[in-house]
Amino acid sequence: MQFGIFSVGDVTTDPMTGRTPSDGERIDAITAIALKAEEVGLDVFATGQHHNPPFTVSSPTTHLAFIAAQTERLILSTATTLITTTDPVRIAEDYAFLQHVSKGRNDLMMGRGNTGPVYPWFGKDIRQGIPMAIENYHLLRRLWREEVVDWQGKFRTPLQGFTSTPRPLDGTPPFVWHGSIRSTEIAEQAAYYGDGFFHNNIFWNMEHTAQMVRLYRRRFEHYGHGSADQAIVGLGGQVYMAATEAEAKRVFRPYFDNAPVYGHGPSLEQFTSATPLTVGTPEMVIERTLGFADAVGDYQRQLFLVDHAGQPLEMVLEQIEILGRDVVPVLRREFEARRPAHVPSDPPTHRSLVAAGPDAPHHLVAPARRQEVSA
Amino acid sequence: MSRRLVVLSAGLSQPSSTRLLADRIADAVSAQVTARGEALEVEVVEVRELAHDLATMMTTGGMPTPALVRARDLVSSADGLVAVTPVFTASYSGLFKMFVDALDPEALGGMPVLVAATAGTERHQLVLDHALRPLFGYLRAVVVPTGVFAATSDFGGEGADALGRRIARAGSELAALMVSESGAVAGFTPGAEDLTSPRRRSGNDLPEEVPDFEMLLGRLGQ
Repeated sequence: MQFGIFSVGDVTTDPMTGRTPSDGERIDAITAIALKAEEVGLDVFATGQHHNPPFTVSSPTTHLAFIAAQTERLILSTATTLITTTDPVRIAEDYAFLQHVSKGRNDLMMGRGNTGPVYPWFGKDIRQGIPMAIENYHLLRRLWREEVVDWQGKFRTPLQGFTSTPRPLDGTPPFVWHGSIRSTEIAEQAAYYGDGFFHNNIFWNMEHTAQMVRLYRRRFEHYGHGSADQAIVGLGGQVYMAATEAEAKRVFRPYFDNAPVYGHGPSLEQFTSATPLTVGTPEMVIERTLGFADAVGDYQRQLFLVDHAGQPLEMVLEQIEILGRDVVPVLRREFEARRPAHVPSDPPTHRSLVAAGPDAPHHLVAPARRQEVSA
Repeated sequence: MSRRLVVLSAGLSQPSSTRLLADRIADAVSAQVTARGEALEVEVVEVRELAHDLATMMTTGGMPTPALVRARDLVSSADGLVAVTPVFTASYSGLFKMFVDALDPEALGGMPVLVAATAGTERHQLVLDHALRPLFGYLRAVVVPTGVFAATSDFGGEGADALGRRIARAGSELAALMVSESGAVAGFTPGAEDLTSPRRRSGNDLPEEVPDFEMLLGRLGQ
């Protein structure tokens, strides 16, 4: 099972000091966070893609390449890659390029973006979000899997005799996750291609997340990729840890109360009971996180959000230390102990996809097979 | 067959004239449904008790609290709805609207609804037609012809008898809709079942029908 951290890349004023980092300081801080993740033995670092303030992370492949140059083991991913407002041709090129420079240490997570005004800046319409996610991703699969592409669609100019370069490393496209909080079409999309499904699991109650994952698993089986419990699931989560629960709450509360998205809304206590947010001891985080598998089934990737709402870098690095030292080793052991033998522990990696060979379903544009018994 | 009536009362004080009116209307509906040989269960949603839940939902991108999950199930599965709000600044109260905003847009399709309001003065009586009917019309509810407006003077004053008659008439109209069956014979007009018995959604669960991906892809010509 893979464990890691994901950042949304917000530039937020630290409510304790009133200081707002510059874009450059925040980018450097996120780099330091990624390097710390490798240092303490985490598996994955993932960064968001946004094109509007207060976010500073508009160019994930540039950033991930920079981090790849300074790490050896860490898997570098996105959270998310915007499949709606980013040209799929650029995604095909940029992430294949990243594969080459990172030696296959990257995958990516598709997302649509939820901020209406961003779309027209790129000549797009948010009301077409789902159709764009469907068409653009299908084109992306073709660009990575077919040498020469002739293509015509609704959302970008047609392609004639087009070859995207560089070709994917070892002729093997990166593994893709599809992230969605509420859209059933996206869970269906992940299931159709046999890709991973990621639920960010930080804004909604666990029952809702479980419903989305259940839908994806059922359709994954329907499309012939394996049994429902073998589907590739990733979850987010957000934590703040200290030696005691009271101390964790005392330190984290001002950041929570002023956080983008839910700040000035529900109390920390309300939000902790309603969502997977855990503010307390490492033992509490372990217990809560193990409970995720009871809700969604045995899964393959767990990412934690630890660096938003203006938390200073030192605080975040300490959280990653605690994760690496006290939390993840226990979670690895416990998750493996409960996992049935036929359920994969890790999501596909570049190495495992290459080992599966050129005839593996991963290399098909449309790998779904109709099952006799429809789900 | 027993019918279920949900009474939405958005009064703020305890006791409230809004709740008082809501209870009188519920009694009238109950009398009229039982007069038609059917039983009626009445459940009351006090919007005041959900004030914090509604604020939480609005500030978390729409995440419903457990209490709102229950209320949404209750409302969307009802056979009829009585909606009573106090008038604030020439319209329904903000809290009342927050509750309606927390419902799924498909929660009230085809639902028989009786609208009612209370106010300090009869000068607000058009609130029913200017604010409440358009709101429930947008949600494709079936609003009964008679609305019930009660100003302070209607409780025990000169208007008391007239208020009683309005309540009885509106209750009768709602009861008639709640016990009526669809007259359409299945199969005669394609899709008629969908039109006569709209499928309501609480918004708590994912849709049962999964969009088939090949259809989604095919629509784009891929």
